[in-house]
Amino acid sequence: MTAKSTAEINHQPRRLGYSYRRNLRERFIETLLFLTAFASVAITLAIMVMLVKESFVFFQHVSIWDFLTDTQWTPLFDDAHYGILPLVSGTLVSSAVALLVAIPLGTIIAIYLSEFAPFTVREIAKPFLELLGGVPTIVYGYFALLFVTPLLQKIFPELPGFSLLSAGLVMGIMIIPYVSSLSEDAMRAVPMSMREGSYAMGATRFQTAIRVVMPAAYSGIAAAYILGISRAVGETMVVAVAAGMQPNLTWNPMEPAATITAYIVQVSLGDLPHGSIGYQTIFAAGFTLLLMTLTFNIIGHVLRKRYREIY
Amino acid sequence: MHESIVTNAALTQYKSEVRDLSFYYGEFNALKNINMALHEKQVTALIGPSGCGKSTFLRCFNRMHDLYPGNRYVGDIILHPDNVNILASNVDPIEVRMRISMVFQKPNPFPKSIYENVAYGLRVRGVRQRAVLDEKVEEALRDAALWDEVKDRLNQLAFNLSGGQQQRLCIARALATDPEILLFDEPTSALDPIATASIEELITDLKDKVTILIVTHNMQQAARVSDYTAYMYLGELIEFGVTDTIFIKPKNKQTEDYITGRFG
Repeated sequence: MTAKSTAEINHQPRRLGYSYRRNLRERFIETLLFLTAFASVAITLAIMVMLVKESFVFFQHVSIWDFLTDTQWTPLFDDAHYGILPLVSGTLVSSAVALLVAIPLGTIIAIYLSEFAPFTVREIAKPFLELLGGVPTIVYGYFALLFVTPLLQKIFPELPGFSLLSAGLVMGIMIIPYVSSLSEDAMRAVPMSMREGSYAMGATRFQTAIRVVMPAAYSGIAAAYILGISRAVGETMVVAVAAGMQPNLTWNPMEPAATITAYIVQVSLGDLPHGSIGYQTIFAAGFTLLLMTLTFNIIGHVLRKRYREIY
Repeated sequence: MHESIVTNAALTQYKSEVRDLSFYYGEFNALKNINMALHEKQVTALIGPSGCGKSTFLRCFNRMHDLYPGNRYVGDIILHPDNVNILASNVDPIEVRMRISMVFQKPNPFPKSIYENVAYGLRVRGVRQRAVLDEKVEEALRDAALWDEVKDRLNQLAFNLSGGQQQRLCIARALATDPEILLFDEPTSALDPIATASIEELITDLKDKVTILIVTHNMQQAARVSDYTAYMYLGELIEFGVTDTIFIKPKNKQTEDYITGRFG
């Protein structure tokens, strides 16, 4: 550094002055980030608006009361009935079967991997488990139809070729990695000091896992379950392939039935004229589906807020 | 240091004797041939610079090191009156922890109510009768000087308590199962001076009931609360004796340097 002349010293304030170039760049980046973040919100809103708008058209022809109480869903027949209940029952039954598989198994796997498994076992098991989530759902669909259904028919000879049970079971296997992976992350995030506190009281590994680690990871585990439920309710290919496509108001998993998603696929693939009521039904069905998953997400959110982790 | 370096030994009975104890984290030799004793119903403080092995030593007493692979004990920690080596491989670490409780550096209440936190140790032992639990919980909370502050909100989440209250809750939790030895691992390092003072007072009160071993970074704290003090350095026990002697007339030059602040 050489000594500065008086002229240079007089220019000194400019060094600390406002840098327009830098600030402009910063603004630009900020705007870009905002737009990217906003895009996802905008797309969600656009989907909602579209569903509501198209459903509105539908509900001008069919009363909401009929939609909610009619026990038949036959929009494509001459004697058309527009009762969503058969589709809702199919969706709920197949999801319930799936969750009866995925939640207990996923939780047990998570507890094992997080609290019991030695390092090497965990490092080998986790990728395999995640692979289970990477299998295309259509493959699961055929797995259900061509492998699980015949297997189940050996136990229940009266089981039809398409059934909610078979589709639900396979869907459950498909969802296991979502439940186990998120639950395990939540349990592993529980600080070691809390586990040590439990061990120091003379608790066993299992007692520590059940009585301390799981309650501490409660909100994460609840989030995992909710994600599993949303996946089950929204799953399409497995039920479309293996559960049959006849709308059927039943709570018996041994029967074939259509789910909301399966119905939407069926109609979308068909050649119904654009704008007809039959075509419009898929928006009403889709809107119902959205409301269902939204309800589960809100329940999950409330649960998480009520039991949020404070370490 | 094979010979016993215990001074003023026979003032009280021994609750526990440490004989030629070494400890290894894998290959690393963290404790080297330690010999000392815990006097029954007295407070023994472990002092020394960071990394000297005092926490490692403390955690040998409830076999916490068993939780992690690759750890190895050599030597004995004899628990009286049973005269059993609690480090022996045929001793169940869970049984050890049921008799030797521990309070940690940072308060670590469980995500449960105040009541259930204190009842935890009894519950894992299979105690179910409400009357027994109620009585033990109240007794432990009273002993931990927390009862009056929480008796009207036993069902609230323990996380709502202040840091000092949480630490007293952890002490109550440890006391609820009537331990024979209570281990404290720097119990006040995460607390403010007022909470620290209340914990120190509590430790002094508790020694009527239980033998206490406390690790502390704070030499004044060791001087205030303990009857015996052990100075450790680099995994070795340098000097062990009555606290007054250690602080006023340490025999070892290293101890003196540490205590007077010339080192550490």
